Amino acid sequence: MIDRLMATLRLWFAPQRMRAEGSTPDYRFSLANERTFLAWIRTALALVAGGIAVDQFLTGLSWGVRTTISVAVLACGALCAFRAVNHWMRCERAMRRGEDLPVSRFPVLLATATAIAALLVLGAVVLGAGR
Amino acid sequence: MSGGRGGAPDSRTGDPAAQPERTRFAWRRTTLTFAVAVALSVREAVYGGGGVSATEAGAAAAGVLAWLLFLVLAHRRITDMRADRPAGMGPGAVRAAALCTLAMATVGVVLLW
Repeated sequence: MIDRLMATLRLWFAPQRMRAEGSTPDYRFSLANERTFLAWIRTALALVAGGIAVDQFLTGLSWGVRTTISVAVLACGALCAFRAVNHWMRCERAMRRGEDLPVSRFPVLLATATAIAALLVLGAVVLGAGR
Repeated sequence: MSGGRGGAPDSRTGDPAAQPERTRFAWRRTTLTFAVAVALSVREAVYGGGGVSATEAGAAAAGVLAWLLFLVLAHRRITDMRADRPAGMGPGAVRAAALCTLAMATVGVVLLW
Protein backbone atom coordinates (compact mmCIF):
# COMPACT_ATOMS: atom_id res chain seq x y z
CA MET A 1 0.00 0.00 0.00
CA ILE A 2 2.72 2.46 1.07
CA ASP A 3 4.92 1.28 -1.81
CA ARG A 4 2.10 1.85 -4.29
CA LEU A 5 1.45 5.33 -2.89
CA MET A 6 5.14 6.24 -3.12
CA ALA A 7 5.35 4.97 -6.72
CA THR A 8 2.29 7.05 -7.65
CA LEU A 9 3.69 10.15 -5.95
CA ARG A 10 6.99 9.73 -7.77
CA LEU A 11 5.09 9.55 -11.07
CA TRP A 12 3.13 12.68 -10.19
CA PHE A 13 6.18 14.77 -9.47
CA ALA A 14 8.56 13.33 -12.06
CA PRO A 15 6.45 12.44 -15.11
CA GLN A 16 9.53 12.24 -17.34
CA ARG A 17 10.42 8.99 -15.52
CA MET A 18 7.50 7.32 -17.27
CA ARG A 19 9.07 7.87 -20.69
CA ALA A 20 12.12 5.96 -19.47
CA GLU A 21 10.06 2.91 -18.55
CA GLY A 22 9.31 0.07 -20.97
CA SER A 23 8.43 0.80 -24.59
CA THR A 24 5.92 3.15 -26.23
CA PRO A 25 2.60 1.27 -26.63
CA ASP A 26 0.62 1.06 -29.88
CA TYR A 27 -0.89 4.49 -30.66
CA ARG A 28 -4.40 3.01 -30.56
CA PHE A 29 -3.98 1.96 -26.93
CA SER A 30 -2.62 5.39 -25.99
CA LEU A 31 -5.57 7.10 -27.69
CA ALA A 32 -8.02 4.78 -25.93
CA ASN A 33 -6.39 5.70 -22.62
CA GLU A 34 -6.72 9.38 -23.56
CA ARG A 35 -10.45 8.96 -24.28
CA THR A 36 -10.98 7.23 -20.95
CA PHE A 37 -9.22 10.14 -19.27
CA LEU A 38 -11.46 12.61 -21.13
CA ALA A 39 -14.57 10.65 -20.14
CA TRP A 40 -13.57 10.99 -16.48
CA ILE A 41 -12.88 14.71 -16.99
CA ARG A 42 -16.38 15.05 -18.46
CA THR A 43 -17.82 13.28 -15.44
CA ALA A 44 -15.94 15.72 -13.21
CA LEU A 45 -17.17 18.71 -15.24
CA ALA A 46 -20.76 17.44 -15.17
CA LEU A 47 -20.55 17.19 -11.38
CA VAL A 48 -19.10 20.72 -11.18
CA ALA A 49 -21.90 22.05 -13.41
CA GLY A 50 -24.41 20.15 -11.27
CA GLY A 51 -23.00 21.61 -8.07
CA ILE A 52 -23.31 25.14 -9.43
CA ALA A 53 -26.82 24.40 -10.75
CA VAL A 54 -28.01 23.10 -7.35
CA ASP A 55 -27.35 26.51 -5.81
CA GLN A 56 -29.24 28.30 -8.57
CA PHE A 57 -32.25 26.07 -9.13
CA LEU A 58 -33.05 24.40 -5.78
CA THR A 59 -34.17 27.72 -4.33
CA GLY A 60 -36.96 25.95 -2.42
CA LEU A 61 -34.39 24.53 0.02
CA SER A 62 -32.87 26.46 2.90
CA TRP A 63 -29.43 28.06 2.39
CA GLY A 64 -27.63 25.54 4.58
CA VAL A 65 -29.03 22.42 2.88
CA ARG A 66 -28.47 23.86 -0.59
CA THR A 67 -24.85 24.85 0.13
CA THR A 68 -24.07 21.47 1.72
CA ILE A 69 -25.36 19.61 -1.35
CA SER A 70 -23.46 21.98 -3.66
CA VAL A 71 -20.17 21.60 -1.83
CA ALA A 72 -20.52 17.80 -1.67
CA VAL A 73 -21.20 17.56 -5.42
CA LEU A 74 -18.36 19.99 -6.25
CA ALA A 75 -15.95 18.02 -4.06
CA CYS A 76 -17.00 14.84 -5.89
CA GLY A 77 -16.17 16.61 -9.16
CA ALA A 78 -12.72 17.62 -7.92
CA LEU A 79 -12.10 14.04 -6.77
CA CYS A 80 -13.07 12.72 -10.23
CA ALA A 81 -10.63 15.11 -11.93
CA PHE A 82 -7.86 14.05 -9.56
CA ARG A 83 -8.55 10.39 -10.09
CA ALA A 84 -8.70 10.89 -13.90
CA VAL A 85 -5.01 11.85 -13.90
CA ASN A 86 -4.08 9.09 -11.48
CA HIS A 87 -5.81 6.40 -13.50
CA TRP A 88 -4.34 7.69 -16.78
CA MET A 89 -0.84 7.50 -15.30
CA ARG A 90 -1.32 4.00 -13.90
CA CYS A 91 -2.72 2.71 -17.22
CA GLU A 92 0.05 4.37 -19.21
CA ARG A 93 2.71 2.85 -16.96
CA ALA A 94 1.11 -0.60 -17.12
CA MET A 95 0.95 -0.44 -20.93
CA ARG A 96 4.59 0.63 -21.14
CA ARG A 97 5.66 -2.26 -18.93
CA GLY A 98 3.35 -4.71 -20.70
CA GLU A 99 1.50 -5.49 -17.46
CA ASP A 100 -2.24 -5.98 -16.91
CA LEU A 101 -4.26 -2.77 -16.66
CA PRO A 102 -4.91 -1.63 -13.08
CA VAL A 103 -8.25 -2.43 -11.46
CA SER A 104 -9.99 0.16 -9.34
CA ARG A 105 -12.74 0.47 -6.75
CA PHE A 106 -13.50 4.06 -7.71
CA PRO A 107 -16.30 3.37 -10.25
CA VAL A 108 -18.17 1.31 -7.63
CA LEU A 109 -17.76 4.10 -5.06
CA LEU A 110 -19.05 6.70 -7.52
CA ALA A 111 -21.99 4.50 -8.54
CA THR A 112 -22.91 3.85 -4.89
CA ALA A 113 -22.68 7.56 -4.07
CA THR A 114 -24.92 8.36 -7.06
CA ALA A 115 -27.48 5.75 -5.99
CA ILE A 116 -27.54 7.03 -2.39
CA ALA A 117 -27.90 10.63 -3.62
CA ALA A 118 -30.80 9.60 -5.87
CA LEU A 119 -32.56 7.86 -2.97
CA LEU A 120 -32.02 10.89 -0.70
CA VAL A 121 -33.49 13.23 -3.33
CA LEU A 122 -36.43 10.85 -3.81
CA GLY A 123 -37.03 10.86 -0.06
CA ALA A 124 -36.74 14.64 0.11
CA VAL A 125 -39.21 15.09 -2.76
CA VAL A 126 -41.77 12.63 -1.33
CA LEU A 127 -41.56 13.89 2.24
CA GLY A 128 -41.05 17.55 1.28
CA ALA A 129 -38.19 17.78 3.75
CA GLY A 130 -35.45 20.43 3.89
CA ARG A 131 -37.74 23.41 3.40
CA MET B 1 -12.10 13.87 -43.26
CA SER B 2 -8.84 14.61 -45.02
CA GLY B 3 -5.86 12.42 -44.28
CA GLY B 4 -2.46 13.48 -42.98
CA ARG B 5 -1.43 17.11 -43.27
CA GLY B 6 -0.78 17.83 -46.95
CA GLY B 7 -1.28 14.17 -47.82
CA ALA B 8 -3.72 12.68 -50.27
CA PRO B 9 -7.31 12.37 -48.93
CA ASP B 10 -6.99 8.63 -48.45
CA SER B 11 -3.46 8.45 -47.15
CA ARG B 12 -4.62 7.05 -43.79
CA THR B 13 -3.53 3.54 -43.04
CA GLY B 14 -7.18 2.51 -42.83
CA ASP B 15 -7.55 2.24 -39.06
CA PRO B 16 -10.91 0.42 -39.01
CA ALA B 17 -11.93 1.89 -35.64
CA ALA B 18 -10.91 5.46 -36.66
CA GLN B 19 -9.13 6.01 -33.34
CA PRO B 20 -7.81 9.55 -34.03
CA GLU B 21 -11.26 10.71 -35.12
CA ARG B 22 -12.95 9.30 -32.02
CA THR B 23 -10.34 10.96 -29.83
CA ARG B 24 -10.91 14.25 -31.66
CA PHE B 25 -14.65 14.07 -30.95
CA ALA B 26 -13.96 13.18 -27.32
CA TRP B 27 -12.00 16.44 -26.97
CA ARG B 28 -14.88 18.35 -28.61
CA ARG B 29 -17.45 16.85 -26.24
CA THR B 30 -15.27 17.70 -23.27
CA THR B 31 -14.82 21.37 -24.27
CA LEU B 32 -18.60 21.58 -24.74
CA THR B 33 -19.22 20.16 -21.26
CA PHE B 34 -16.72 22.66 -19.89
CA ALA B 35 -18.61 25.45 -21.70
CA VAL B 36 -21.85 24.40 -19.95
CA ALA B 37 -20.14 24.57 -16.55
CA VAL B 38 -18.70 28.01 -17.38
CA ALA B 39 -22.08 29.29 -18.59
CA LEU B 40 -23.70 28.15 -15.32
CA SER B 41 -20.97 29.84 -13.26
CA VAL B 42 -21.41 33.13 -15.16
CA ARG B 43 -25.16 32.88 -14.59
CA GLU B 44 -24.54 32.28 -10.88
CA ALA B 45 -22.32 35.38 -10.70
CA VAL B 46 -24.88 37.57 -12.49
CA TYR B 47 -28.12 36.33 -10.87
CA GLY B 48 -26.57 35.23 -7.56
CA GLY B 49 -28.45 37.97 -5.72
CA GLY B 50 -27.15 41.33 -4.50
CA GLY B 51 -25.55 42.36 -7.78
CA VAL B 52 -22.15 41.27 -9.06
CA SER B 53 -19.47 41.61 -6.37
CA ALA B 54 -15.76 41.85 -7.20
CA THR B 55 -15.22 38.28 -5.89
CA GLU B 56 -18.02 36.91 -8.06
CA ALA B 57 -16.72 38.75 -11.14
CA GLY B 58 -13.19 37.49 -10.44
CA ALA B 59 -14.33 33.89 -9.96
CA ALA B 60 -16.41 33.94 -13.16
CA ALA B 61 -13.45 35.44 -15.05
CA ALA B 62 -11.18 32.70 -13.68
CA GLY B 63 -13.68 30.12 -14.91
CA VAL B 64 -13.69 31.63 -18.40
CA LEU B 65 -9.88 31.71 -18.35
CA ALA B 66 -9.70 28.01 -17.34
CA TRP B 67 -12.06 27.20 -20.22
CA LEU B 68 -9.93 29.18 -22.71
CA LEU B 69 -6.83 27.34 -21.51
CA PHE B 70 -8.63 24.01 -21.94
CA LEU B 71 -9.76 25.12 -25.41
CA VAL B 72 -6.14 25.81 -26.44
CA LEU B 73 -5.11 22.40 -25.07
CA ALA B 74 -7.95 20.69 -26.92
CA HIS B 75 -7.13 22.52 -30.12
CA ARG B 76 -3.52 21.38 -29.95
CA ARG B 77 -4.59 17.78 -29.42
CA ILE B 78 -7.15 18.03 -32.24
CA THR B 79 -4.41 19.33 -34.55
CA ASP B 80 -2.21 16.39 -33.51
CA MET B 81 -5.04 14.04 -34.52
CA ARG B 82 -4.46 14.95 -38.18
CA ALA B 83 -1.38 12.72 -38.13
CA ASP B 84 -1.77 9.21 -39.41
CA ARG B 85 -0.55 7.67 -36.15
CA PRO B 86 -0.81 10.41 -33.52
CA ALA B 87 1.58 10.33 -30.58
CA GLY B 88 0.03 9.77 -27.16
CA MET B 89 -0.73 12.61 -24.79
CA GLY B 90 2.16 13.89 -22.68
CA PRO B 91 1.87 13.86 -18.86
CA GLY B 92 2.08 17.67 -18.87
CA ALA B 93 -1.02 18.05 -21.03
CA VAL B 94 -2.91 15.53 -18.86
CA ARG B 95 -2.10 17.46 -15.71
CA ALA B 96 -2.95 20.80 -17.34
CA ALA B 97 -6.37 19.46 -18.38
CA ALA B 98 -7.05 18.16 -14.87
CA LEU B 99 -5.88 21.44 -13.31
CA CYS B 100 -8.35 23.40 -15.49
CA THR B 101 -11.12 21.10 -14.20
CA LEU B 102 -9.98 21.52 -10.58
CA ALA B 103 -9.90 25.31 -11.11
CA MET B 104 -13.52 25.13 -12.31
CA ALA B 105 -14.52 23.20 -9.17
CA THR B 106 -12.83 25.88 -7.04
CA VAL B 107 -14.66 28.61 -8.95
CA GLY B 108 -17.93 26.79 -8.17
CA VAL B 109 -17.15 26.72 -4.43
CA VAL B 110 -16.16 30.43 -4.38
CA LEU B 111 -19.40 31.38 -6.17
CA LEU B 112 -21.54 29.76 -3.45
CA TRP B 113 -20.75 32.63 -1.13
